Amino acid sequence: MNSEKAFLNIEDLVVEYVSGGKTVHAVNGVTFDLEKGKTLGLVGETGAGKTTIAKAILRLLPEPQATVKNGRIMLDGDDLLTFPETKMRNVRGNVVTMVFQDPMTALNPIMKVGDQIAEVIKKHQKLENKTSRELAQEMLEMVGIPSARYDEYPHQFSGGMKQRVVIAMALACNPQLLLADEPTTALDVTIQAQVLDMMEDLKNKYNTAMILITHDLGVVGRMCDDVAVIYAGEVLEYGTRKEIFLNPCHPYTIGLFGAIPDLSVSTRRLANIEGLPPDPTNLPEGCCFSPRCSYATDECRKNKPSLQKINDDHLCRCPLAEQIRSGKNGGEV
Amino acid sequence: MTLLEIKNLKKYFPGSRGVVHAVDDVTMSINEGETMGVVGESGCGKSTLGRTVIHLQPATDGNVIFEGKDITNPTKQEMKELRQKMQIIFQDPYSSLNPRMTVGDTIREPLLLNGRCTKETVDDECERLMDLVGIALRLKDSYPHELDGGRRQRVGIARALALNPKFIVCDEPVSAMDVSIQAQILNLLMDLQESQNLAYMFITHNMAVVRHISKNISVMYLGQLVETSPTDELFETPLHPYTQALLSAIPTTDILHPKKRIVLKGEITSPIDPEPGCRFADRCMYATEACRQPQKLEELLPGHFVSCCRAKELNHL
Repeated sequence: MNSEKAFLNIEDLVVEYVSGGKTVHAVNGVTFDLEKGKTLGLVGETGAGKTTIAKAILRLLPEPQATVKNGRIMLDGDDLLTFPETKMRNVRGNVVTMVFQDPMTALNPIMKVGDQIAEVIKKHQKLENKTSRELAQEMLEMVGIPSARYDEYPHQFSGGMKQRVVIAMALACNPQLLLADEPTTALDVTIQAQVLDMMEDLKNKYNTAMILITHDLGVVGRMCDDVAVIYAGEVLEYGTRKEIFLNPCHPYTIGLFGAIPDLSVSTRRLANIEGLPPDPTNLPEGCCFSPRCSYATDECRKNKPSLQKINDDHLCRCPLAEQIRSGKNGGEV
Repeated sequence: MTLLEIKNLKKYFPGSRGVVHAVDDVTMSINEGETMGVVGESGCGKSTLGRTVIHLQPATDGNVIFEGKDITNPTKQEMKELRQKMQIIFQDPYSSLNPRMTVGDTIREPLLLNGRCTKETVDDECERLMDLVGIALRLKDSYPHELDGGRRQRVGIARALALNPKFIVCDEPVSAMDVSIQAQILNLLMDLQESQNLAYMFITHNMAVVRHISKNISVMYLGQLVETSPTDELFETPLHPYTQALLSAIPTTDILHPKKRIVLKGEITSPIDPEPGCRFADRCMYATEACRQPQKLEELLPGHFVSCCRAKELNHL
């Protein structure tokens, strides 16, 4: 939330896909920044554009269907979007890495688990086979897998262990920025707790900056310093974890919190958000949330609101935020 | 009033590497119009339990008693009658609907097959059901691929309700949905329970959802029932070490009061030809030699059953 010291700085990013002759507006002017050693949570429902943002940072968007129409992705002072492909290859795996959602498909089924980690180290650090094997064994131990299992294949590992291998691969070259796309969604809660603990330890050890993509607000509450709420490819609300969790201002964010059954209080009815997210090939003219928002005025439906400052740690894309907040009872949206 | 009783139910699957003990000696009872939540991690046998109870597959051993009648091995005729009373809603609304049948056809099929409606009355009944679960009538001639996940699940619910059942197994009915849609479906299920006096067996891995909807909760681990208790009591005073770890592992949105976490060591062991005794013992920090012996379900507090030989001593009861 402080652009001067930021390590990563994304400005006004716009990404479009072309699919079946229609233009899909996946990311529409996203801006945020991230410091070293901090974690930013990108929260939103399926299709909100979270994964597209991560893929745009790594320049892994499918071509030619996807194009970055606008924006800058500044990493340590350089715009990644201007890098030629050869230079970008050096960034991937070395400086920026990604942990994908599904550990079952992210590993090569016919390659030894240890070799898959060693391959990353060999490619990026130009090391001999022997040293890269040793380093890979170290990485395995670090994520809590005995190095004796180096020569086993992915099918011999459980889901949680596979995800640890994927994380070990991502961290093998001490990246400065880790993009974690739903890293624990495919795991059970007790295994999720183990993996999240491990990720936190490793992040603190190496002072890595992390973007955590998830739809689980509980995981965000545990792991993140800052939170950006994404809806239909836009940042609707952005702030420190404390501000977003204790003082949510956007009707969508308030609705999201209301829709989660809470463990600590037992309520009879959930406050649901009526309707569905908009069709990304045909976005509403004004505020993208206005069709589902009970506070929406004609003004909301006509003009796109801008991100407004609530305070130094909190931005919100809703002209009625102050009003809603003062009259809010945490209930229906 | 007790509607369904499950007694020492077992379901084993023989395989090339040994016998998978998917459900091993599970006992519980469900009252009319109430919800029993069944929770546990993937592979713990909760879906197998649900499917065995409504006889989508035969039980290996044990009894299922429905309305006072043993239905463990029903005849074909009995089965046909049972299907009217017991239904299931599946997890994945994408694969549980026939892609070549319209919404209307899907809902009409059970009505006609079971003779509840004639060709003349079936349309009215179909529209009543669509209305009940909140699907717009204009979607009657739509195919499943034209609907989003929330609407598809509503079709699945309408189909389950068609024969006016008393008991529905809900197998992870909201797991594939985003939170805003999930809330809509949970609200619908609770409204229907009230208006139709339905009993649910609600199978899920999501503890927050299960707390919201259930009167009682059963916790399973690797085919065994470890704890069963009234909902609020389970969350306030979990007695089994696994339940305690499970509850502490759930991330909450209450950032002001972070929970003390019990982080388990190791992975879930294999359900193939398991050793006798508590299956959780390998990951349990309190495990002793006694835990290697078969455990029995004991009522430690009123209505609160635990299958752990050390629970009494550990919880100072």
